[in-house]
Amino acid sequence: METQYAYLLNLICFVPLVGALFIVFFLDKENSRAIKMTATVVAGLDFVLSLPLWFLYKTDGAEFQFVTKLDWIPSVGVQYFFGVDGFSVLLILLTTLLGLIAVYSSFTAIAHREKEYYVFLLLLQVGMLGVFCSLDFILFYVFWEVMLVPMYFLIGVWGGPRKLYAAIKFFLFTLVGSVLMLIGILALYFYNSDGMAAIGLPGLGNAPTFSIPSLYEIAPQVPPELQFWIFLAFFVGFAIKVPMFPFHTWLPDAHVEAPTAGSVILAGVLLKMGTYGFIRLSLPLLPDATIKAVGWIGWLSIVAIIYGALVAMAQKDMKKLVAYSSVSHMGFITLGMFALNEAGLRGSILQMLNHGISTGALFLLVGLIYERRHNRMISEYGGIAKVMPIYAMFFLVITLSSIGLPTLNGFIGEFLILIGAFAHKWWWALFATSGIVLGAGYMLWMYQRVFFGELSNEKNKGLKDLNLREQWTIIPLIILAFWIGLYPKPFLDRMAPTVDRVMERVATARPEAALPMVVHVSAVDQHEEHDEAATEHGE
Amino acid sequence: MPLEQFVPFIPEIFLAIASFVLLVGGIGLGRRGMRPLALGAVGSLVVTGILVWLFGRPAGEPEVILGGMLAIDTFAVFFKLLVLASAILTIMLATGFLERFRYGGGEFFALILTATLGMFVMASGVNLVSLYVGLELMALSSYVLVGYCKLEVKSNEGAVKYFVLGAMSSGILLYGISLVYGSLGTLDLMEIKTALVAAPQDNLVLMLGIVLMAFGMLFKVAAVPFHVWSPDAYEGAPTPVTAFISVAPKAAAFAMFLRIFAGAFSPEIDHWRSVIWLAAAMTMIFGNIAALSQDNVKRMLAYSSIAHAGYALMGVVAGTAYGTWSVLMYMLVYTFMNIGAFGLVVLLETRGYAGETVKDWAGLSKKAPAAAAGMLILLLALAGIPPTGGFMSKLYVFAAAINAGYIWLAVIGVLMSAVSLYYYFRIVVQMYLVEGEEAESGAELVRDRWAEGVVLVSVLVVMAIGVYPAPFVGWAQGGLNALGLM
Repeated sequence: METQYAYLLNLICFVPLVGALFIVFFLDKENSRAIKMTATVVAGLDFVLSLPLWFLYKTDGAEFQFVTKLDWIPSVGVQYFFGVDGFSVLLILLTTLLGLIAVYSSFTAIAHREKEYYVFLLLLQVGMLGVFCSLDFILFYVFWEVMLVPMYFLIGVWGGPRKLYAAIKFFLFTLVGSVLMLIGILALYFYNSDGMAAIGLPGLGNAPTFSIPSLYEIAPQVPPELQFWIFLAFFVGFAIKVPMFPFHTWLPDAHVEAPTAGSVILAGVLLKMGTYGFIRLSLPLLPDATIKAVGWIGWLSIVAIIYGALVAMAQKDMKKLVAYSSVSHMGFITLGMFALNEAGLRGSILQMLNHGISTGALFLLVGLIYERRHNRMISEYGGIAKVMPIYAMFFLVITLSSIGLPTLNGFIGEFLILIGAFAHKWWWALFATSGIVLGAGYMLWMYQRVFFGELSNEKNKGLKDLNLREQWTIIPLIILAFWIGLYPKPFLDRMAPTVDRVMERVATARPEAALPMVVHVSAVDQHEEHDEAATEHGE
Repeated sequence: MPLEQFVPFIPEIFLAIASFVLLVGGIGLGRRGMRPLALGAVGSLVVTGILVWLFGRPAGEPEVILGGMLAIDTFAVFFKLLVLASAILTIMLATGFLERFRYGGGEFFALILTATLGMFVMASGVNLVSLYVGLELMALSSYVLVGYCKLEVKSNEGAVKYFVLGAMSSGILLYGISLVYGSLGTLDLMEIKTALVAAPQDNLVLMLGIVLMAFGMLFKVAAVPFHVWSPDAYEGAPTPVTAFISVAPKAAAFAMFLRIFAGAFSPEIDHWRSVIWLAAAMTMIFGNIAALSQDNVKRMLAYSSIAHAGYALMGVVAGTAYGTWSVLMYMLVYTFMNIGAFGLVVLLETRGYAGETVKDWAGLSKKAPAAAAGMLILLLALAGIPPTGGFMSKLYVFAAAINAGYIWLAVIGVLMSAVSLYYYFRIVVQMYLVEGEEAESGAELVRDRWAEGVVLVSVLVVMAIGVYPAPFVGWAQGGLNALGLM
């Protein structure tokens, strides 16, 4: 089955694969120019192909558009099922844009084993785009894991001094999360079909299917106890990816050791996988469990916001600082999401884009200075605004975007999240605001130490400002930052159907349903919170 | 006994004759005759495959031949073709290897063929006697194959351990069989099942018999705690033999396991299931944890094979149709990914046992990018990462366990497969990540077209199953049409 323009998604997803195979089989590894050209053309083509999605997506039409639905493993109900809604369109556009930027920002940064590098970069893009396009659980899972392999190599081959440790840590953390998610997927699948008789779950007897939209339909029938366990399995998978406190420990290692383009993709897109999973799967599929989980996930998010910010403040290494700021920002995103109201969800989705833009740009900027000095210590710099004025200006705009200055993108997202958080619990907003203040603190403090003051370090006196190619890695992101900051309506319009659906599904939850499961020790304290949250939503 | 009953038996008869011809031919031709003998062996296996397809398939419903000794059903055909494929790939791996190490080939090929014959009987036997005879024919051939490099101490050591423990496990199995016979008065699987359905029993003698048979079978699939023979046997054996005994006898043993336990003993499933559950969990945990610290790649893959038996056992524990075909699917993928991985070890081995340590893989991605990429794909498959067949096969055993309500077993399984990634990726680290002086290793890939072909075929099959699994799943599900099973 195909709907209009369905070929677009298939093309977008697999063009990078074709490009990667072309480089593998037809280009010589010495021919660095041709490899870079091909990679750029492929990534550029992919970006151009994804643009029509922005215009062709009908915000008032069906939920999922550009649908391709073919049998893949018919006997167990697995389909090749691609389709997007506005939420995934936004993330696909972010991915193709950052993918292109990642390719052409690597021209000088990567000097050895270039062929493999660009191949892995393109393969990574296939995995990421596949995740955003898939509407079948198994297909989704396949792409979800496919991403890990190229990212492992990007960190492991082209990374910093502790790259081996960081690469395998990244792989193992995310793998553990995703395999547990697989258990959750299978449990849901069997509940929908022939059940798990041995543990007293008869199942609904529907035809076996892994189709996510079909499973949305049965979501309200899943018993709360089962929802809790599936939610837990999904939660581990997504929370590690986000990463939420206390699963964040892989992130600083991976970010610090990864090459610049790897960090950009990691921060810009890979971290969004977790939050994408929550909004696409956990919330609409498991509404009962979601409502019960609001209390403790809220706490985890608040801890992430404040802890991430405090740790970021203490960092001496710029890249590490940006990495920890990601933990803090991702805390905002999960907080807004689990406020479970329209403002919070909108802010959360928008902030996913914003974080991709501003943190991606920050990693690029840190990478640019690292390429010149091979040093990222804040103390090594000072006063470089004098020798690199354009760089300093770009850095300033992105810093302001990251801390949420009005007229820039970060403001809109954070503001919406705060409204949502406040509507849920006033003190959620209180903690979140303190995170914003801390964020402004560490970012501006870093900016001050790096760019202002005396140009005391001899090595910095000869620094060259950004050349044209380097400027063009940042400019698109700055344009986007202003666009979202000044006129976010097109973005909000596109995510509206998704937000509505999630709200609608969450409203089907049965808050009065008893909580028969064993409550974990850590959750006992928040147990009362659950009930409060639940009643609020019931009203 | 009417003569038509022998018609479905033609492949086995042909295989027996071919192995005698190869044995005699080997004496006549000596070492010069390696390639013709290998071609003859591969040719006879291919012909056997064709004969299985022509005569060995059931016309419709499963049927029994030779006085109820063997069944002709799709289950048997599935395993027979799988065993044939692994035998062909093994011979192609072994030919160059034997030439390089200066061993004769005639007996080697003849033994592979007799082992294959034994496994044919294991795949189709529906009587405990025929199953046992098949098992012993396979086992005796394998003992000799493990000790084939008679000048190498390790090879001898492995063979002795394999033989002593293998003989003991056969004894245990036989004792179990005799207890079952004693309490039920029959050796025929169908009759055993009928008797158990008619009168469910929990007398101690029968239970002891079933448990002892389970122990014997767990020995044969190298499940923990009955695995101690396998790392030594796998490490000591000539590498192509390791590749062979780590897949084909395991697949055949699983066929026998399913036929006996998911089939004949299925009415007593509540009595034996917990034994297998425990063995599956321990096998996955211990196999993977022990592999973590291995520096010898053959030994690492040996422990990994142990772990893989644990995953497949999940399907047996499930005890459902889903569980049964998931085991078939698992064995299909496992056969190709393991032979492929051992194939690359064969290619890297230069003299003596060099080329076996993890360090020997250093810098392979520069020296031989295609081989390194092939190994990467096979290792990803072994670790169960999509889009390889390894993921597709693991998916079904986990699904079968969850379907049957064994969620904790599935959780152990998925967590252990994450652990397995760590040791598989130790090889990847050497191949791709280490640089500079560390990336210099003495080992070089040998040129061996046949062995390269084996690796290529394995990689292609593993990828094909991963990308388009539908037909393979269809075959595995087709194998459910089995006598005494459902």
